[in-house]
Amino acid sequence: MIRNLRRFSLEFGAVLASIVIFWVPLYFVFVNAMKDARGASLRSMAWPTSNHLWSNVKEVIQSRDYMLVRAFVNSTTLTLLSIALLLIVCAMAGFVMQRRSDRATPWISFFVLAGLIIPPAIVPTIWVLDKLHLFKTMLGLILVEVALAFPFGVLLYRGFMGAIPREIDEAAVVDGCGGPRLFFRIIFPLLKPVNATIIVTSSVAIFNDFTNPLYFFPGSKNATVQLTLYNYMSQFVSQFNLLYTNILLITLPPLVLFIFFNKKIVAGITAGAVKG
Amino acid sequence: MTKVWKRTYTYYFLLPAAIIYLIIFILPTFMSFFFSMTRWTLQDWSYIGFDNFKTFFQESSLNIGFQNTFVYAAVTCAFKVVFGLLLGVFLTSKIRTKNYLRSVVFFPTLVSTIAVGIAFSTLMHPTEGLINTTLAFFGISGPDWLGDTRIALLSVAFVDIWKGIGFATVIYIAGIMSIPEEYYEALQIDGGNSWHKFWNIILPLSRSATNSVIILAFIGGLRSFDILWPMTRGGPGFATDVIASIIYKQYQAGFYGLATAGNVILFLFVSVLAFPLSHYLNRREVNL
Repeated sequence: MIRNLRRFSLEFGAVLASIVIFWVPLYFVFVNAMKDARGASLRSMAWPTSNHLWSNVKEVIQSRDYMLVRAFVNSTTLTLLSIALLLIVCAMAGFVMQRRSDRATPWISFFVLAGLIIPPAIVPTIWVLDKLHLFKTMLGLILVEVALAFPFGVLLYRGFMGAIPREIDEAAVVDGCGGPRLFFRIIFPLLKPVNATIIVTSSVAIFNDFTNPLYFFPGSKNATVQLTLYNYMSQFVSQFNLLYTNILLITLPPLVLFIFFNKKIVAGITAGAVKG
Repeated sequence: MTKVWKRTYTYYFLLPAAIIYLIIFILPTFMSFFFSMTRWTLQDWSYIGFDNFKTFFQESSLNIGFQNTFVYAAVTCAFKVVFGLLLGVFLTSKIRTKNYLRSVVFFPTLVSTIAVGIAFSTLMHPTEGLINTTLAFFGISGPDWLGDTRIALLSVAFVDIWKGIGFATVIYIAGIMSIPEEYYEALQIDGGNSWHKFWNIILPLSRSATNSVIILAFIGGLRSFDILWPMTRGGPGFATDVIASIIYKQYQAGFYGLATAGNVILFLFVSVLAFPLSHYLNRREVNL
C-alpha cells in the first residue's frame, strides 16, 4: 500500500516535472506567436487577449519577398536529395565493407570511423567546393551533408548487414547473380529497418542543420529555413511575435514527422545505439 | 578470398562513397594542415609558418576558447550521462505513463537548435524572462543568465542538456532493455533490493550505453557551435567563446588562414582527448 503510494507520487511528480520542463517552453512559443508585437514584447506566458496567429503567419510568409517559402523549398529539396544519396552510398559501401576482409579493409574502416570524431575543416572545404564550382550551390551543400553523415550511416549498415547470413549471397551467386544484382535485388530490400532509421534521423538532422548551410550555402537567395530564422533574429528584434511564428512554422515538419514516426524513431535509435 | 567473391564484393561499390567522402571530407582535412600555415584569401596564399598558431596561443581572446570548450564539453557530457542514466532507469521501470514520458523527453531532440536557442534566450531574460519572474515569485532574485560572464557558459550548457537529454536517455533505455532477465531473477533469489539492482546489475551492464553516451556527448560538446552562437555569439565579452565559434568569427572577418589554424587546433584538441578516452572506455567494456 505504502509502496504503491510512493510509486504513484513519484510518477505524478515526473509527469508534473515533464510539464514544467518540456511543455512550458513550447507553450510559451505558441502563445506568443498568437500575440501582436506589443503583446509579445512583454515576454509573458499570459493567454493573448486577441488572436493574431493568422495575420502573423501571413506576415512572416510574405516578408522579404516570400523568403520563407523559398527557404522551405530549399530545405525540403536538400533533405530529400541528401537522404536519397546517403542511403544508396552508405548501403553500397557498408555492404562491401562488412563482407570483405583483406589487407585494405582495416584502413578503410579507420578512415571512415575517424569521420565520426574529426571536426570538418571548414575553410578548406569551401575552397574545394569553390574550385569545383559547387560553393553556394544546392549540390555542394548536399554533398557536404552526405559526406558528413556517411560515417554514421556506414556504421549502422555494417552492423545490420552482419546479421544477414552469407548463405543468401552464396545461393544468389550459385544462381548466377553478379555483385550488383545480388546487392540491388536481394540485399537492399532486406535493409528496410536501417533505411527507415536513417531516413527518420537524418531528415530531422539535415532539415534542422544550421552550421553547414551557414558556411556552405550563404546568400539571401539560397537560405534554408534555419537560416531564415537566424536572419530574422536581427530583423524582427522588436517583433517577437513574428519570430515565434517563424519558430512555430519551421518546427511543424519535424513535429509531424515525430507524431507519425514516434515509435520508429526511438526503436531505430535503439537498434543503432546497441550495435554502435 | 576466392576470385568469385572478390568480383561479387567489388570495391567499385565503394566508389560513389569514396569520391564524395575523399573530396569533401578527407581532402580538406589534409589541406587544412597546409593552409593553417598561410595567410590566405582563398585566391592567394603566402606561407607564414606557425604564425597563425602563435597568434592563437598568445591572444587571450582566442585561447580562452580552450578552457570554455573543455568546460562546456565536460559539463554537458556529465549531466547527460547522469540524467540519461536516471531517466533511462525510471523509464524502463513499471510505470503507467512510460510512453508519454518517453515521447516528451525525446521531443526536444527534434526541434531546431536555433529555435531552442531563441526561445531560451527569451526565457532567460534577466528581468522579464519567465525563469526569473518565477523565481521572483518565490522571493529569489535570479541572476542575469546570459549576461553574467561567470554563468553565461553554464546557462548555454543547460540548454544544450535540455535538448540533448532525450538522445542519451534513449541510448540508456536500449542498453538497459538488453540486460537479460536472469540477472534480476538471480538478484531476487539472493534477496537484493532495488538499490542492489541498480548498483550491481544495471550500472555495470549498461556500460556500453554509458560509453556511447560519454563519447557522443563529449565529442559533440567539444565541437558545439549551433546552440551557442544564436544564444550569445560568444559573449558577453568572450565568456562563451569556444573554439568552434572563434573559427566562425575569424572566418567572418576574412582571416581564412587563422580560421583554418583554429580548425587544426580543434582537430588536435578533439583527437588528444577523444581517442584515448574511447580507447580507455572500450577496454573496460563488459560483454553480455
